[in-house]
Amino acid sequence: MFPQDLKPEHFSSYPPEARKLATNYVSTLQRLPLSFVPGLLREIIEYDFKFPAERSAREKELAYISRLSPEQTKECLSGFAVIRLSPQLEAFDWVKSPAQFVEQLSAHLWSTRQLDAFRKASNDYADHLRAAVPPEAPPIPRLGITIIGQGVASYDSPLFRKLRPHGTYFSKVNPEDGVRKLLGFLAERAQAHSIPYGHWYIDGGEEAEHPAALTSVSYNALESLRASLLQRMQAELERPGMGPEALRTKMAQMRPSDFGAEKFVGVSPQDPVMRRFALSLLTEGSGTQIFSTSFAQWAAREALRRAQPVTLLVRFAPRQRQKPMNELLGGIPARPEPDPLGSLIDADFSAYYNWLNQQRLLGAEQSSFVVWFEGHNQAVAIGPAMARSTESRSAPDLKQLLSWTV
Amino acid sequence: MLARTRRDFLCDAAGLTLGSTLMPSWWARGVSSAKRKVIVVTFGGGARDQETFAPEGQENIPHLMNELIPQASFFTQVVNRGILGHYVATASLATGVYETINNFASLPPESPTVFEYFRKDLKRPSSDAWVVAPSNGFNRIGESSHRSYGSGLGARVILPKHLLSAATSGGRNDFQHLLRDNYETPFYAPELEGNEFQLQQLETLLKVSVGDFREHAQTLSSPDELSLYIARRLMREVSPTLLWITMHDIDVAHAGAYSLYIEGIQRTDRLCSELWKAIQSEPDYAGKTTLFILPDFGRDSDDDAGGNGFQHHRTGDVLSRTTWMLVVGPGIREGVVYDRAMESTDLVPTLGAMLGFSPTFAQGQKISELV
Repeated sequence: MFPQDLKPEHFSSYPPEARKLATNYVSTLQRLPLSFVPGLLREIIEYDFKFPAERSAREKELAYISRLSPEQTKECLSGFAVIRLSPQLEAFDWVKSPAQFVEQLSAHLWSTRQLDAFRKASNDYADHLRAAVPPEAPPIPRLGITIIGQGVASYDSPLFRKLRPHGTYFSKVNPEDGVRKLLGFLAERAQAHSIPYGHWYIDGGEEAEHPAALTSVSYNALESLRASLLQRMQAELERPGMGPEALRTKMAQMRPSDFGAEKFVGVSPQDPVMRRFALSLLTEGSGTQIFSTSFAQWAAREALRRAQPVTLLVRFAPRQRQKPMNELLGGIPARPEPDPLGSLIDADFSAYYNWLNQQRLLGAEQSSFVVWFEGHNQAVAIGPAMARSTESRSAPDLKQLLSWTV
Repeated sequence: MLARTRRDFLCDAAGLTLGSTLMPSWWARGVSSAKRKVIVVTFGGGARDQETFAPEGQENIPHLMNELIPQASFFTQVVNRGILGHYVATASLATGVYETINNFASLPPESPTVFEYFRKDLKRPSSDAWVVAPSNGFNRIGESSHRSYGSGLGARVILPKHLLSAATSGGRNDFQHLLRDNYETPFYAPELEGNEFQLQQLETLLKVSVGDFREHAQTLSSPDELSLYIARRLMREVSPTLLWITMHDIDVAHAGAYSLYIEGIQRTDRLCSELWKAIQSEPDYAGKTTLFILPDFGRDSDDDAGGNGFQHHRTGDVLSRTTWMLVVGPGIREGVVYDRAMESTDLVPTLGAMLGFSPTFAQGQKISELV
């Protein structure tokens, strides 16, 4: 089937809000190239489970495309129009299963050496869209906080090497009650600026006490879901003909209802958006099912990319130790042990990624970011009020440090 | 920009000379083709400049920086324009053609491999070309499906982890974790298809008992260490002319733990040094072996929002496509950096020129700075 053949009834299997959106814009979708439309439908079909920022962006995108003349549409999407598709892709039921189509399209682009052309088309379109429909500026400047090194008594190598050039390094921070002070600062922000899914707290271990106004997700709370998912992955891979690609497709099709509400500890049954988000962290992330540091980093990336919060606190916790081969062969019992030092190195680098991902959002020049070595005196603060590549001799506590930075 | 940066890092750090295509090859000064041996090592699943050759990364590769590069010709810009999956990319390296086979399927390359050209043209026995590879998915790498080559003309393939599984009777639980076939999918361990190196051949060919093999494996920390152990046994007992070793530890990066990725780089750096030392200590190899070390491709950059940095190689961006190659041995210029762009597919024609076979179907060009 080709886009020009689209009819409203083709969206009958979509969730209600998604069906309404797609139906409203069916005449627009009919005018778009086949290499482009399934990517858009992949977003639309999930519309009911999207965060407000994503919904708003999709609505504006569709409204914009619908206003383009045929010539303007052709020009805007010219890069996609020249992508050659296979007969198998053209015959695929891309309306019902757009995500699977996109997976197969990706393999096709790699094997036909059209990936670079597709990348360019995507980037050109994104630039065009950004210029025509600028994303909304955040209502207040963003603040990112990352806490690393839980459980590490001492560490002599330099930390924050990637972040120091962008801000001020503090080596005399008063760590007392630090986590509580940081979460308290978040609570005050959330109370002063009530924004749906606007203030987040992600924990790679056990969640600390925090107000309900914060959107939260943690590695430990999802333990039962992770265990269940890993069991399913193992069972699937033992089935004949099952390989990594088929497994990826299978996992992408999993839904919260496949597991039961009791597996989503800490996520309200009345919040289908967060339930879907929590599951996606484990089904779409790599290593998130096994390593808490990977979970926390990926959760932060996805929260920033999708929900675009104005406040995000990420606290890393020790992940399980990767056993060397000789231990695995030695038949040592399988109880996982923590690896605080390795986790500190993971988290130190992840803090850089958290900052990078925050800076990709609109308002980057006004955004602030603080990273702190939990229980210790070292931190880096980045923001308009902070000098770059500088070391401070001040000895603030965490609340003071935030008040100077934001 | 990428190549200039990598070149400048090396010239600054290791005091190397900048080479050019106008510099004549020293190949004629080396040993004759008939006596020459070649070992190719793929550097563990891809690593980026910032964790290797950039100033902040050099601490992770002390052996390459201080021991090997001063004796080597170093190529700063080896571009892989094919599919960035480890099996298919290694197949492309081994055929000199950008293969399009499914990365996760048990399929042979479609174009003739370097092993087939070598054996057919030079009439060499199967014992003269070997592959040591990390995972079951590489079992078909030694022999293509090409109608003019293929069956019976390829390399023999050893999968050390698979051997270990057989030697320990395939226990489950933690051992399954060790045997996972790739770092992108936990638990995945495909069934073997094709010719399989049997456990009993450990004793007949490599002169190591199953018990000793099992015991030695218990002193090693990673699958790549096991691969090196097997490669050394092969060199000692079989002495193949063409040996291909695929490292894979670095690809643990897919699990997202940066410290494990760095440990993988450091381990691979050490193993490359140990291999070079082994070459010097084996009479059949010393003074007549050319060692090629190159990643199959890089990893995603931090700057591409479509990826997740070091974790994967999915974006197809410049950093993930551009990598390097180190060549050391008799007849190879020492301490020289070449920064012209070349392609991964240039390896096979270069090996052909070195060993004296004609890779008819390869798409690449021989590297004139080497031969």
